[in-house]
Amino acid sequence: MKFRLSEHLASLIAVADLDVERTEGPPPSLRVDRDDWAAVARIAREAGMRLVAEWAAQEKDGFSVHAAYAQNPNGYALVKTTLNAGVEGFPSLAPHYVAAARMERAIHDLFGLMPLGHPDPRPWIKHEHWPEGAHPLRKDFAADTGMPRGEGRYPFIEAEGEGVYEIPVGPVHAGIIEPGHFRFLAVGEQILNLEERLGYVHKGIEKSMEGRDAFSAARLAARISGDATVAHAWAFCLAAEQAAGLEASPRAATLRAILCERERMANHIGDIGAICNDAAWGFMHMQCQRLREEMARLHRRLFGHRLLMDCVLPGGAARDLDAEGIEALAGQTQAMAREMNELFEMYEDQTSIRERVIDSGAIQSRHARDLGLLGYAGRSAECDIDARRDAAYPPYDRHPPQVKVCKGGDVSARLWIRFQEIQESARLVQKFLAELPAGPLREPWTAPRDGRWGFAAIESWRGEIAAWVRFGAGGKIDRCYARDPSMINWLGLELAVREVPVPDFPLNNKSFNCSYSGHDL
Amino acid sequence: MQRMLRKIIRVGTVTEPPGKADNRIETLGALLDEAIRRRFQGSLAIRQVDAGSCNGCELEIHALNNPYYDIERFGIHFVASPRHADMLLVTGPVSRNMETALRMTYDAVPNPKLVVAAGDCAVRGGEFGCSYALSGKVANVIPVDVAVQGCPPTPADLIQGILTALGLAR
Repeated sequence: MKFRLSEHLASLIAVADLDVERTEGPPPSLRVDRDDWAAVARIAREAGMRLVAEWAAQEKDGFSVHAAYAQNPNGYALVKTTLNAGVEGFPSLAPHYVAAARMERAIHDLFGLMPLGHPDPRPWIKHEHWPEGAHPLRKDFAADTGMPRGEGRYPFIEAEGEGVYEIPVGPVHAGIIEPGHFRFLAVGEQILNLEERLGYVHKGIEKSMEGRDAFSAARLAARISGDATVAHAWAFCLAAEQAAGLEASPRAATLRAILCERERMANHIGDIGAICNDAAWGFMHMQCQRLREEMARLHRRLFGHRLLMDCVLPGGAARDLDAEGIEALAGQTQAMAREMNELFEMYEDQTSIRERVIDSGAIQSRHARDLGLLGYAGRSAECDIDARRDAAYPPYDRHPPQVKVCKGGDVSARLWIRFQEIQESARLVQKFLAELPAGPLREPWTAPRDGRWGFAAIESWRGEIAAWVRFGAGGKIDRCYARDPSMINWLGLELAVREVPVPDFPLNNKSFNCSYSGHDL
Repeated sequence: MQRMLRKIIRVGTVTEPPGKADNRIETLGALLDEAIRRRFQGSLAIRQVDAGSCNGCELEIHALNNPYYDIERFGIHFVASPRHADMLLVTGPVSRNMETALRMTYDAVPNPKLVVAAGDCAVRGGEFGCSYALSGKVANVIPVDVAVQGCPPTPADLIQGILTALGLAR
């Protein structure tokens, strides 16, 4: 993990005449005054940094609020501020970073800490039937507290005028997908505004992390978002290993990367098919689902799980590859890349599908940058962000990916990026398999001391995942936070579908394919 | 167009035919086919409800429609509304925020109806355990006919579960 940005940000803060306290790492971190919390965000924003995540934790005496910033090529900077006992507010970052808005609403719901100056004080994860004073991430709130069910109403954004009408959709959607609520304001066929209402699959994952040991927590992290199980488990393990002061062997790191790239390929292939299906091109859907199934079957044979769950463990990986496995994986990866290349050419020639995807749900590059869009959603609108290269965690420190970026920001651009990434992932898998280093599969795990913590960023197929974990007494987790890329990319969908016809919403939604579970935690 | 046709011919049929090989799917498929023909006049409509899953189960339910399993050939199709459904296929530990929606969906399915709880979370809460945010296993919220274990259950497990539920239908 690369943390050079920390020193850069510290010097900018010092130049602005604000107090900053440096803590040597690894990983390094900065501490600033509560009153300067938003001023630091302004400095970071003016310097062109993006906000990675904002989260809170309870301390022995009061609370702390944390933020991570990033900027290529300097990596990441971690900043925190402490709220003394009795202080339950902090200056909001939302005026400087749009992406902070929902993170802070979640902090308010779960900790009862007020983001001061926040433009939208509505609850987010906490639905209207929760009791007023319930703040589950406070230490005095037992994990299994039964909460009485109350009444309430969520005030959606409204519009008035001739011909404006509302379409409420969900939480139970019309397909095999996760639940969430979409409130469309529409005029005729055009979407005037989409407002998302999420939190339906909030499972209390952060609270459930508390008190687990690293192995049990890794199992839970693998289920934050099932389609990105490798990446989430890896992010957690990397953060936990940092706290423990150990590093997975080069062999284990390379195995993790092989799994993660295969996960990227499988999801991209499946989604390309599904997007085409939403534009009524069944041929592509069937071809892609066939390829995806073949990948799942090989994963089961080699790693014991079709989706690769629980293959990444603290200290290393669960299963090794023998020569036969290496050959099978290499052969299939190559075949997938070849077939997807062939399908890509057909896609490019298919005028009826091109007509549907070009210019649909376009996001301007400057808006994508303002939101800090991640993964293919960002890279299709010139946001050159890829944690594999930017955080440079092993084995990508030695084998960085060729990051593809384009402009346009529409469904077509998002599809194009994903077709390209399949080829790049296939190239990386081949390289990793050919050069799989010798070494142990797992390092012996030694539980971190009380108070030790770590932060990691991993590029999942969907975009950058950030994980922060702090251990307490007895090697048990005191607090664990995971920021799925969906936390930010859901904002992109709202923006993309303005003025898109309502029937093209599914096409756009699938082209983003944000995770509900990863967002709601 | 020619390229597409060539590709279709080259790939051929990957669907695993019922009752031919030693694969579990094929045997199950034949049983499923017969049960659906007899009890549901050739057609079973399933409404899938994610009541809080991590979306792993959804990936495997999607796989039922891929060309290998092609569950539609047995007359099973996934429908957009609970009002069109004979069966609910429910995943996830039921989150507190989804409990009402799950009840409403169940009530919207016409009687007689079947409920299959799919996945360890739906069956017994799974990895997420007991939490302020969860109502727990599906049976805590609506009556369940059949439980399908697995994290997530494989497509073959899911077909087995659907088949078991059909065996219960009178």
